[in-house]
Amino acid sequence: MFEPFILIALAAGIGIALAAGPLGCFVVWRRMAYFGDATSHAAILGVALALLMDTPIILGILITAVGMALAVAVQREAVLAIDTLLGVAAHAALALGLFVISLVPGRPLDLESYLFGDILSLGPTDLVIIWIGVGIVFGILYWHWNAWLLSTLDFDLASAEGLKPDLERLVLALTIAVLVAISIKVVGALLITAMLIIPAATARIISQTPERMALISAGFGAFAVYAGLYLSVWLDTPAGPSIVTVAAITFAATQTLRLLR
Amino acid sequence: MTPLIEASSIGVRFGDQSILHDISMSVVPGEIVTIVGPNGSGKTTLLRALTGSVKLSSGTIIRRADLRIGYAPQRLTIDKTLPITVDRFLSITDKASRSERQSALADAGIEALENKQLAALSGGQFQRALLARAILRKPNLLALDEPTQGLDQPATVAFYRLIERVREQTGCGVLMVSHDLHVVMSASDRVLCVNGHICCEGTPTVVSEAPEYRAMFGSGTAGALALYQHHHDHSHGDA
Repeated sequence: MFEPFILIALAAGIGIALAAGPLGCFVVWRRMAYFGDATSHAAILGVALALLMDTPIILGILITAVGMALAVAVQREAVLAIDTLLGVAAHAALALGLFVISLVPGRPLDLESYLFGDILSLGPTDLVIIWIGVGIVFGILYWHWNAWLLSTLDFDLASAEGLKPDLERLVLALTIAVLVAISIKVVGALLITAMLIIPAATARIISQTPERMALISAGFGAFAVYAGLYLSVWLDTPAGPSIVTVAAITFAATQTLRLLR
Repeated sequence: MTPLIEASSIGVRFGDQSILHDISMSVVPGEIVTIVGPNGSGKTTLLRALTGSVKLSSGTIIRRADLRIGYAPQRLTIDKTLPITVDRFLSITDKASRSERQSALADAGIEALENKQLAALSGGQFQRALLARAILRKPNLLALDEPTQGLDQPATVAFYRLIERVREQTGCGVLMVSHDLHVVMSASDRVLCVNGHICCEGTPTVVSEAPEYRAMFGSGTAGALALYQHHHDHSHGDA
């Protein structure tokens, strides 16, 4: 269980889980699950564009994820409901991405690794990039935590106290975009939202304060990564889905325990 | 005295609909200004425009450089997914000490609730928690939207006493929206009667006798105002 590629996978996965825990709380509190989907599906389009233009794939992902975050954060007072618009954006980006990838000459790419992640194939460079991203997310979380919290509680209260809730929302969206960009090789575009919302949802019922919920959420995420990787190596199952399966089982178990009490 | 906040001919539109137009007003330190008006008159929107959460479609608002607003919204929808205690709510953006937080809760009359979940408070408890948070910021302008909503009569009286005490101790200005006409008016230095624009303004007595005000609310409240007037005739000459 402790060969180098496993250690790299563990370090990468736990890094993602620790960043996704607190961020995922905001996704749950602000009902942004659809936004997580839209941003991560846009990442597939990013992979396609990066292949077409021969640029590093993470750059392509970052650009489309940030583009999606900007597009969503600036729109308001639309005729259509936000979940409809996000549904359109998410599926359009996914379909267009798959469409474009199939047009790239030679198709040099294992598409599945971007859809479901390929954590066991990560190299030391990937690990460094992931932890730089995790560090950036931690930094932004530290500086914006209270402003995000007050903006989430009440837009007017935040405005009256001199914050700019619209700007905070944009920064949050961009931070999620950064997390998506570094997560795509770990859990894949289709399962990133799961890492954001399942640990946070699990943490909710045993938390009294926002900070506790964020910490517990990060803990559940890290546990899911560890146990999921173990399962994956043991049963030879794909790592990303194994991790999310463990997270989902943990969620179901805590919900059941709560109902039984 | 330099106003804490001064609006000149402000207007607010939501889409095609004009909510407020041509409103000019100000609040100076130490005065209690109350905005009254019927439902849908735009009084809450006016308060939100002044505190900066609604975009103006016309006019300007000048805020004094050191303006520090303690705002208590009418209500706050706490999403059940967000766990937060009253104590944590008090200190989200301002790092008050524990004893300061406790004395703010005691002032607001909810000292026993510090570890309770915000989402579990009753309407009246919630109003007090919002007020405690607003006071704790040490604001020079308290902006309160229907602050006595959900409070019974003794609690309402205690609430206005607290507001007056805070004003005396800190010299802050108070800007309040209310439907609670007679009680509010007696506690105010100045009343603005709003219905899309300012219909009339002045001291409580002047406003309650203004034909515009009577046309809107009838004369029934004027008698109640007289009932409370003696509270007010011999105090605070600072407005």
